[in-house]
Amino acid sequence: MSFTSYEFILAVAAVLVIYYSIPKRFQWMFLLGASYVLYFSAGPSYLIFISITTLVTYLCARKISSLSKEKTAYLKENKATLDREAKKTYKEGVKKKQRLFLWGALFVDLGLLIGIKYTNFIIENINGIITSVSNMEPISYLDIIMPLGISFYTFQTVGYLVDVYNEKYEAQNNYGKFALFVGFFPQLSQGPISRYNDLSQTLYAEHRFDAKVVSFGLQRILWGYFKKLVIADRVLIGLKTLLAAPEDYPGIYFFVAMMFYAIQLYADFTGGIDITIGIAETMGIKVTENFHRPYFSKNIKEYWNRWHMTMGSWFTDYIFYPISVSGFMLKLSKKARKVLGENIGKRVPVYLATILVWFTTGIWHGASWNFIVWGLANCVVILISQELSPLYTKFHNRFDVEGKLWYKTFCVIRTILLMSALRMFDCYRDVTVTVKMFFSMFTTWNISALWDGSMLALGLNGTDYLIILFGVVLIFVVSMLQRKKQVRERILELPYPVRAAIWLALFVVVLLAGAYGQGYDESSFIYNQF
Amino acid sequence: MKKVLQKIVPTIVVVVLVLAFLQELLIPKYMTDIIEGAMIEEYYDSEKNHDVLFLGDCEVYENISPCRLWEKYGISSYVRGSAQQLIWQSYYLLEDTLQYETPEVVVFNIMSLMHAGPENEAYNRMTIDGMRWSSAKWNSIQASMTEDENALDYVFPILRYHTRWSELTSEDFTYLFHKDPVTFEGYYLRVDVRPVTHIPEPKRLANYQFADYPMEYLDKMRELCDKKGIELVFVKAPSLFPHWYDEWEAQVDAYAEKYDITYYNFLELAEEIGIDYTTDTYDAGMHMNLSGAEKMSDYIGAKLLEEHGIKDHRNDEAYVSVWEPKVEAYKKAIEDAIAEEAAKKQ
Repeated sequence: MSFTSYEFILAVAAVLVIYYSIPKRFQWMFLLGASYVLYFSAGPSYLIFISITTLVTYLCARKISSLSKEKTAYLKENKATLDREAKKTYKEGVKKKQRLFLWGALFVDLGLLIGIKYTNFIIENINGIITSVSNMEPISYLDIIMPLGISFYTFQTVGYLVDVYNEKYEAQNNYGKFALFVGFFPQLSQGPISRYNDLSQTLYAEHRFDAKVVSFGLQRILWGYFKKLVIADRVLIGLKTLLAAPEDYPGIYFFVAMMFYAIQLYADFTGGIDITIGIAETMGIKVTENFHRPYFSKNIKEYWNRWHMTMGSWFTDYIFYPISVSGFMLKLSKKARKVLGENIGKRVPVYLATILVWFTTGIWHGASWNFIVWGLANCVVILISQELSPLYTKFHNRFDVEGKLWYKTFCVIRTILLMSALRMFDCYRDVTVTVKMFFSMFTTWNISALWDGSMLALGLNGTDYLIILFGVVLIFVVSMLQRKKQVRERILELPYPVRAAIWLALFVVVLLAGAYGQGYDESSFIYNQF
Repeated sequence: MKKVLQKIVPTIVVVVLVLAFLQELLIPKYMTDIIEGAMIEEYYDSEKNHDVLFLGDCEVYENISPCRLWEKYGISSYVRGSAQQLIWQSYYLLEDTLQYETPEVVVFNIMSLMHAGPENEAYNRMTIDGMRWSSAKWNSIQASMTEDENALDYVFPILRYHTRWSELTSEDFTYLFHKDPVTFEGYYLRVDVRPVTHIPEPKRLANYQFADYPMEYLDKMRELCDKKGIELVFVKAPSLFPHWYDEWEAQVDAYAEKYDITYYNFLELAEEIGIDYTTDTYDAGMHMNLSGAEKMSDYIGAKLLEEHGIKDHRNDEAYVSVWEPKVEAYKKAIEDAIAEEAAKKQ
């Protein structure tokens, strides 16, 4: 189910035509069928896992919801007869039952995710310990297939379960509708991690054909393909060369790899999300935005509020807050304040929750230490900048630089460089190599490689670099324009021949300059693997 | 609705025209460099009155000259040959040809039986891209695609050649809307000489049995010829390499005998027809030059008249008016090529 395969593009076109051709009341059912067919085509066995997650979550959420309803009805009915204590006891009893279903479903959903994604990682680490301290035979690795998008749909279902448990909304009674929420095909492969109360607003609604909505969706899809095929997959050619033999490319090459990966990851991931949102939009379905011009962030915290936003908010809502306010943390906080003093003690639970969030963020991205180190490195930078914030405030007040364009630009570039450097853990997939290569920037002086023709030996020719430059400039311009108004809206205001020419030109650019077909390795979207 | 249509229809027309133009521009023209890619398409411009159809790879289009066959025997023939033409491609080219005419004899060069399955995208494209759209073309695509290929790339060649925009040459613009003929009724004229000095040692093969896939298509070709009342004739060109193994020869012999198919092995007939490997090949024994091709044409032409019932049309004005200009052009091209070759040597 690669977004860039001809088969997928044709399938989407067929889905769109049928979606608007059938009676509107059948639209969501058709989408469910189409999603399952497409998911089946990606890997027949994947259906087993998503079906288990869907069924278990559906049943448990319904039970939790019905217990809530029973509770409300019971309390209403017996309002006059129950005293405060009796009400509290009753509520606790219900909560206990609900918790049982919540944990039961979480055990299955997260158990599947952990079992599939992390078993071999756990075995690898156990083997590391075993072989270093004894002569025991290492444990054999398991041959496990990772279903496409399991991290995304598991997180969606977990969010849904917790929200139903917290009585944010009622559980969905219709199994088909719930299955569509979990398996809606555009967002299955790389998110975003939608919330039920957001997606369900438009997912099950009846949509009549609206030329503007459909064309906006198609434009968004086209923009996504531009990012993915013209920029990301082209940069990837050079990046692969640099990563294939790190020892051959130290010093300035590490910096080039940093920049390549920054461009590639952004174009790949945001391009994929554009395609996802665009496909949904053509059918009148609103999928949550996942990026808000992240490379314009002035610090790392802001960056994480603007990059992969649905993941960030998921971790905040379902890990950070629950842990921060958990009984254990409250006790710990109390104790820490006593022992370490008010100032340091109050930070302990926040720090612990933050560390846990970033550890989870890291390991969610991949079952290997490089991702864990990457996550924790982000955490360290965030905590340090948090601690240094009074110092920054003093500096800003003293020198009055905060509103200045040059200072904002400096902050933006600093954040990009910092994030790009941290990301190299993900890029080399080896902590030692990444650290070694990072320091080679300061020990190997080979800056002349930038202009002595060495850059043309990375698999990219002059035309490729020009296309990449054009693509990056175009994305930058679009991002700048978007600050005030959507570019699509702006284009819509132009005379018809002009706007038609703009979209045709973009289509031709994707068609001709896209890195696809024979001669190019079909590269899956980076976030497919998560 | 009317307003919407007024916008959408012209938009679609413009988009289609732009894409069609780009596709024509980007498709390789095969006019000056690798002309083998332009051979298949040329057939559609010829008069469809051929008594004999030659099918196969370079062992056909460089070894048989239809103009010579006409000039000497009055035989109307065409060579539907292309580089590394695989047997399933030959079969679908036969199906394609039968949509336009029904020859009396189909001469098929059996060298392609050595290929067990799809091999090379570049050669696939040189045979298939030039075919007009029909079920034969679609089936040829399906039969020929390597694992990395996608049928949609054949349906919309722009998807395959989209990257050529950065390497366009003047040839792409010159031949944007028209193409010049590169062959003489499918024959690729070469007058240069490179004598045989060394014959590469044949490699030992793990298995000498022809694979099922090509044999399946040989059966289909035979059955189609039977159905249409066409006589099928097998030939093996006198190419000294790639090596033609005795085990292969035995299988072709057995098949030809079983189905009563005439088989001419020119490797064995080379001496009889006077092939001189010091003067009749332009690449040291792999392909014939003009001299070798005319000797082969002389031999097979006589056989076609004497043993396969093909008529001499030299007294039929309808044929003469078609063939005379072709032969004239052929002769002129030979003179030019010889002069050019002589100039090169000086």
